[in-house]
Amino acid sequence: MTGYQRQAYRNVVIAAPVTVPYQRYSEQAAHWWFGAALRGLAQRSGISHRDFDGLSAASFSLAPDSAVALTQHFGMSVRWLDNVPLGGAAATAAIRRAARAVESGDAEVVACIAADTNHIDSFRQSLSNFSRFAQDAVYPMGAGGANASFAHLTDHYMRRYNATREDFGRICVAQRTNALANPNALMKKPLTLEAYLAAPPISEPIHLFDCVMPCAGAEAFLVMREETATAQGLPFVRLAGSIERHHAFPEDPVQDRGGWARDVDELYAMAGCGPADIDVLQTYDDYPVIVMLQFEDLGFCAKGEAKEFVRAHDLTFAGDFPQNTSGGQLSAGQAGAAGGHMGVVESLRQLLGEAGARQVKTPRRAMALGFGMINYDRGLSSGAVILEGSGA
Amino acid sequence: MSLPPPPRKNPLLRTATPLLPPQPRSRRAYGLTAAAAEGRFALQKCAGCGTVIYPARDACPACLGQSLRFADVSPAGELLSVTRIHSTADPYFRRLVPIRQGLVRADAGPNLICFLLGDCAPGGRVTLSLKLAPGGDPVVCARPEGAPLSEIEDDPMWRQLTANPEHARVLISDGRHPAAAAMARALLGAGAAQVYAGIAEPWKPSDEADQLAKIDGVEVIDLDPRDERSVAEAAAALAGKIEIVVQCGFHYRPGTVMDANAPLRLKDMMEGGALGLMRLAQAFGQAMMARGADEPRPALAWVNVLSLAARMAHPMAAAHSAAQAAELSLAQSLRATMAPGGIRVINLFHGALDHGWFEAVPPPKVAPGTLGKAVVTALTEGLEDMFIGPEAEDFRDRFNANPKEVERKWWS
Repeated sequence: MTGYQRQAYRNVVIAAPVTVPYQRYSEQAAHWWFGAALRGLAQRSGISHRDFDGLSAASFSLAPDSAVALTQHFGMSVRWLDNVPLGGAAATAAIRRAARAVESGDAEVVACIAADTNHIDSFRQSLSNFSRFAQDAVYPMGAGGANASFAHLTDHYMRRYNATREDFGRICVAQRTNALANPNALMKKPLTLEAYLAAPPISEPIHLFDCVMPCAGAEAFLVMREETATAQGLPFVRLAGSIERHHAFPEDPVQDRGGWARDVDELYAMAGCGPADIDVLQTYDDYPVIVMLQFEDLGFCAKGEAKEFVRAHDLTFAGDFPQNTSGGQLSAGQAGAAGGHMGVVESLRQLLGEAGARQVKTPRRAMALGFGMINYDRGLSSGAVILEGSGA
Repeated sequence: MSLPPPPRKNPLLRTATPLLPPQPRSRRAYGLTAAAAEGRFALQKCAGCGTVIYPARDACPACLGQSLRFADVSPAGELLSVTRIHSTADPYFRRLVPIRQGLVRADAGPNLICFLLGDCAPGGRVTLSLKLAPGGDPVVCARPEGAPLSEIEDDPMWRQLTANPEHARVLISDGRHPAAAAMARALLGAGAAQVYAGIAEPWKPSDEADQLAKIDGVEVIDLDPRDERSVAEAAAALAGKIEIVVQCGFHYRPGTVMDANAPLRLKDMMEGGALGLMRLAQAFGQAMMARGADEPRPALAWVNVLSLAARMAHPMAAAHSAAQAAELSLAQSLRATMAPGGIRVINLFHGALDHGWFEAVPPPKVAPGTLGKAVVTALTEGLEDMFIGPEAEDFRDRFNANPKEVERKWWS
């Protein structure tokens, strides 16, 4: 190994945040959701979808198709194509790959889309087929799905760091407040800490409001060079830094840190900033315990101190630490592989001043995080990007 | 520990349909099935570096070696974290919630996600075991280290993974089997509610039948597995209230393949053995499968008592060997056929019995009581294949090492 330094991103920008409004269940195929997202990107950017020369697709429900089938399905002719089967880490991975493609000129405009449908039995089916290890060694042990897997992480974390259900509840309650200002969020009712604590158990210590609601939906954005965006008259944000890691810390008996902890210094060095410079944070929030790990691993607080952090800060869009300002997956819904893309799209909206009623006051930098792929006893994939608005 | 006797079945209530837990497994994972079938705790072990591996892989994560044999390893471990699953999308598990699940770090190395039984707390020491779930696929259990089986045997999940004869009604197909009375006593001792012992041609005198008739809890019935009508009549009276069948057609005669009467002998032995199993399966099997989830007294298991000759021909008992092999073949088919009903098909293999026919065979031989105890052990521990006694265990180990050696040497 030569220790060759990672190169900074040169004028890579992200534009055209698109959300296809979520539905709890959909009789449409994943392709329908991809198509709607693609149409949204074309409308928003003023660039015909036939002129996108790169396509990055993430989905759990596209089978038997993969990204290449989408080109014919939608009449596209791309010269750069990516299929990102990384679940909650797909968005950050998609950005990293697309960034290098546009930087080098392998592609000019990459449409990054995550879309999933949710038929009435598709969630159960995707659980039972998630991975070989899950099929052999997790699903047959009670078929608890991700809820049971994250219950182990939560149980371990609570005992090791003396966190309580109230601490997790603070995150969920704040995100519900944020969701009420997001017309696209599936959850429309306020959530109190009392209601959070009184919720029925799902896989103890995880209770109902610790879980996301699986739904159909799509999130999308465009990655291109700054001059392309300028030529199109498109508002954009800059990609300042990124990290990605898979299967970090296999030596930890139970996962209580993600791959971010290994790469965080590189992330901030690349972006030339620190945790205090992040004005709005979009964590990957499939369960609140993972949000806490991100607060710690990205340096917003020390390991084991996320409980004090959530007690000391207001996590709503109007608060001193705006976090998951769209309501996150916990309150807006988890549209399959689009869960990670949601944080990127919300970051774009916040930095571009398009977040409407939940707009954070003049944020300059946003961080969006990805996490996913509970292959067996831990989430394998983690990623992060730091995005800069024009004021940064 | 024991559960209270179940109330009488209310015929107006719906009988629950048998459901199976999720089944697909990778090809490698069937190494766990082999260990679970015999009640061993075995995981993959890298021949190159000794790393113990779980879940099953195709290459060692430490050295990428690809010689990964399943080997018996320490079942001890530490419980890292626990959850209680209340919500599952799987119809089989929905009946069993809440389900206690643990993450255990085995002393041997890997983490295992397992069912928790007994009083397990995070940080505590546990003993791991591999079990076969209904349908026949392997699962992992953990119980507190040192906890006797009696402490966990009433757990609803453990009952799913075993076939405890407590409160069960058992049919022993051949009351003239030398161990019939011993098996009946052992089953009743384990809490069986009633044993029905079939006697063919009851006018023929039989010590075993006389012995059986004296045991409290045994009812001797007229049953001849060689006769379709006899089997049908017994089934008409009993099929809906049998939870366990012990098929043990005993008809042993020595002789080589060239003996003049060998063909006739084989026919005779097939009638009571393989064909008898088939007739009993037709008459009783369907009813048992329909009652595989009939809580609180579901149909549980079908036990075949076979000799080692089922696995490898004994040339001095050629017809017997052929008949036993045919019966084992049908037993394997029966296992797959009854699996959707959640009924376990258990095969017991024994060497020479301590019985007049085997007088010339030197010890160790299998005493009737040993066979009785083995039937109960196989049921209460959820075993699928069991080799009974020192001769059978020696046969198993030698057969696994080199079947040709057994073929040449076993009988000489």
